[in-house]
Amino acid sequence: MMRICLAILFCAISGISLAAGGSVELREAKINPSDAASLQRGAKLFIDRCLSCHEASYMRFNRLTDIGLSSEQIKQYLIKDPSVKVGDTMTNAMRPADAKVMFGVVPPDLSVVSRSRGADWLYTYFVSFYKDDASVTGWNNALFPHVAMPHVFWQEQGVKVLQHSDDGKAVLVEEVPGTATATEFDRMMLDLTNYLVFMGEPAAEKRKQIGSLVLIFLVLFAFLAWAVKREFWKDVH
Amino acid sequence: MASSFTNWIDQRFPMTKMVREHLTEYYAPKNFNFWYFFGGLAIVVLAIQILSGIFLTMHYKPDAERAFASVEYIMRDVPLGWLIRYIHSTGASMFFVVIYLHMFRALMYGSYRKPRELLWIFGMVIYLCLMAEAFFGYLLPWGQMSFWGAQVIVNLFGAIPFIGPDLAVWIRGDYVVSDATLNRFFALHVIAVPIALLGLVVAHIISLHEVGSNNPDGIEIKKNKNPETGKPIDGIPFHPYYTVKDIFGVVVFLIIFAAIVFFAPEMGGYFLEHNNFIPADPLKTPPHIAPVWYFTPFYSILRAVPPMFGSQFPGVMAMGAAVVILFLLPWLDRSPVRSIRYKGPIFKWSLAVFVLSFVILGYLGLKPTNVWGQFGPWMGGADRATVVAQICTVIYFLFFLTMPVLSRLDKTKTVPERVTS
Repeated sequence: MMRICLAILFCAISGISLAAGGSVELREAKINPSDAASLQRGAKLFIDRCLSCHEASYMRFNRLTDIGLSSEQIKQYLIKDPSVKVGDTMTNAMRPADAKVMFGVVPPDLSVVSRSRGADWLYTYFVSFYKDDASVTGWNNALFPHVAMPHVFWQEQGVKVLQHSDDGKAVLVEEVPGTATATEFDRMMLDLTNYLVFMGEPAAEKRKQIGSLVLIFLVLFAFLAWAVKREFWKDVH
Repeated sequence: MASSFTNWIDQRFPMTKMVREHLTEYYAPKNFNFWYFFGGLAIVVLAIQILSGIFLTMHYKPDAERAFASVEYIMRDVPLGWLIRYIHSTGASMFFVVIYLHMFRALMYGSYRKPRELLWIFGMVIYLCLMAEAFFGYLLPWGQMSFWGAQVIVNLFGAIPFIGPDLAVWIRGDYVVSDATLNRFFALHVIAVPIALLGLVVAHIISLHEVGSNNPDGIEIKKNKNPETGKPIDGIPFHPYYTVKDIFGVVVFLIIFAAIVFFAPEMGGYFLEHNNFIPADPLKTPPHIAPVWYFTPFYSILRAVPPMFGSQFPGVMAMGAAVVILFLLPWLDRSPVRSIRYKGPIFKWSLAVFVLSFVILGYLGLKPTNVWGQFGPWMGGADRATVVAQICTVIYFLFFLTMPVLSRLDKTKTVPERVTS
């Protein structure tokens, strides 16, 4: 026991950095959190394409009303299973044990993934898949090497392969074109990133709205408090 | 009507007497400056933390299976739960901001000097309780940093010779941080430490009002009383003068507080760490474990001391000593004057260098030790950051250890009879 404790302590103290990422530079995700259309497209992509393996078990379907959808629209266009109610959270039917057999890991819950990874990481991750015959799924990712997840959007993006440029940098080169143009695919991935950021903190927009009012109130109050202080302190020499 | 009601109370409880002693006839020096806002602000933050904490406790589940989910439940499903949670998480960090500035004020103006030694010691115990409170509270969201941070800190106790391993098991209630640990940390966080904190704050204020406040000039205002009224000439009643002044200070503080809560609650990962949005996983050690920013100067000192005889204990000792040495400050300072205004260049320079090394230690504690790369073979390829942290650690201790000698050698200026404005 002592040895394990010391080992953990040593690892933590020496701050051994096993960088989890590859050598890819993060791309800036230019997303607009108040673009409802982008968020709705992202929500549809997420529910159609991600939710069969991943869950977002802290996110309720009816929270999508925050991005301009009505309960009827959510039921009609987004909830596929009739037994799922609009107030339910976004879960799937996959049992963790089965997932472990299929992927080697249980696909992580994505409710707050944007808060641990950040928008830029997610966006870069989505566009960094490439074909790799050595991997089990046939896919690999330049940002997250040997990731267990296959390339979900390969039809849209097409097939890319990894090549190294003269200065040793990894570049992805198109081998087979996809059904979407590069611009369309890029927009899809930005929509998805935008949605994941929204899902990470659905109250974020409301937070900023309330915050502006609170700050205006406090600044006015500060003037008043300053005036009172000055009045009282006139007789202190 | 009002006075007969007051009389009724006063015959049964010393209300008017207390208001007089602690507010309307508590004479505070009239020359308080910016640095004197932080004591009052600390009380405001304590109130904020207790109030927001009560509401969080109503919805939080101290259960390893459900803790992480219950925090997200607060963030999503509890009406304005996100606001309460951000107020509490921002309050934790702002508490330390305020307390560090409050302590720095004492250091500058010699507020710990006789007869305020006990006042300083009560304050130091409050600071220790605050560290414990923050540490216990940080486990509760049950994220990766909560779990591994607690694991590392409890293991520090494991490094104590002979009793260490058993002590660590006793603290955790298990061989690793687990549900048992979460439950006891919850109890300590919401009951034990807050009660101790409240009692100590009362003791801190009672002893302050017994001896009276120090001031930027470091002069005893009680020595200069108006012979007719018997009141200090340079004193003004705390109420209304300092109550109205402090209200203004509190509002300005709340502007900063609200700006963080509403527009940057994560503070770029310093107030809420990114990795803490990943649920605790005992089987997956994060590549880099760093405590929250307010512990990092001491964490740096811990890392700076190399293991000796295969034991991490010397580092743990150094970290403990770094906190304990602050208790001794009233007896280390032998200067004939209290305030930095009348102390000489030696103190001014050593204080500046001390603050700088404290900040550098704090910064380095957030980063892996290889953050600045390595020295060449002439230094045996040592990590640059580690060597800098070692130098800063030495400076940290030298500031205190040289104080008994340097404070006597330092050239001081003449202290005026009356406070300056």
